Amino acid sequence: MMALELFDGPLHVQEITNRWFVDMCDKNYGAFIPFVGIVRDEDGISGLSFDIYEPILKNWFDSWQIKAKAQGAYLLMAHSRGDVPNHTSSYIAAVVSPQRKIALKFINDFVEDFKANAPIWKYDLVDGKRVYAKERSHLLIGAGLLK
Amino acid sequence: MAKVEFLGPLSRESIEVDITNLAQLKEFFKDDIVLQEWLGICAVALNDTLICSLDVKVEPNDKISLLPPVCGG
Repeated sequence: MMALELFDGPLHVQEITNRWFVDMCDKNYGAFIPFVGIVRDEDGISGLSFDIYEPILKNWFDSWQIKAKAQGAYLLMAHSRGDVPNHTSSYIAAVVSPQRKIALKFINDFVEDFKANAPIWKYDLVDGKRVYAKERSHLLIGAGLLK
Repeated sequence: MAKVEFLGPLSRESIEVDITNLAQLKEFFKDDIVLQEWLGICAVALNDTLICSLDVKVEPNDKISLLPPVCGG
C-alpha cells in the first residue's frame, strides 16, 4: 500500500478514507484519525490549484514516516495536483496508532509541518486564472541564499 | 553542466549552467531583474536537498532547484 498518494484534480474523499480504513482496521491500531481539508468559497475564488515538487515531498514525507514508526504509528496522506473547485477536497492526512493520544498529537504536528515545509505551491482560481497565494505561503529553510 | 529548475510560480524553463559552486550561480543571476525579485524569498535545493551555504560544491550533472514559498493543503 502506498502511504503518499497524489491525484490530478479534487480528491475522492470517500474512496480514499474508506480504503485507508479497510487497509488499517485489521492491523491492531486503536486509533485512526483522518483530517480532510475542504476548499472554502471565499474572496471570490472558484477554487484552488496546486503545483507539487514530488522528489522533495517524498523525502519530507518519508522523514515523518520514520518519526511515526518510532512511536508505533503510521501516516497516510493524499494531495491534489492542478485545479480543485470550492467545496471539494485537496488534502487528506491520517494517522493510525495504538493509542489515541499519540495519534491526536501526531496529526497536529504533521499537518503544521506540512503547511510550513511541504514543497507544494497554492494558487487561487480567479476568473479562470491561477493567482499565486504568495501572502499565505511560507519561506523554506535557507530562503534568500542567492539574493 | 549543472541543471537549474525553476519550480512552482517561477514557471520558467530549466537551464544549464557551467558553475562549480552556488556563489557562481548567484553571480550568474545578478542581472536578471525579474528573477532578483524572487531570489530573496526562494530556497535552494541541490539534488533535492535544501541547502543554506553558497560554498557548496556543484558537480556537472547536479540538479539545482529554486523553491518559492510554499502552501499546501
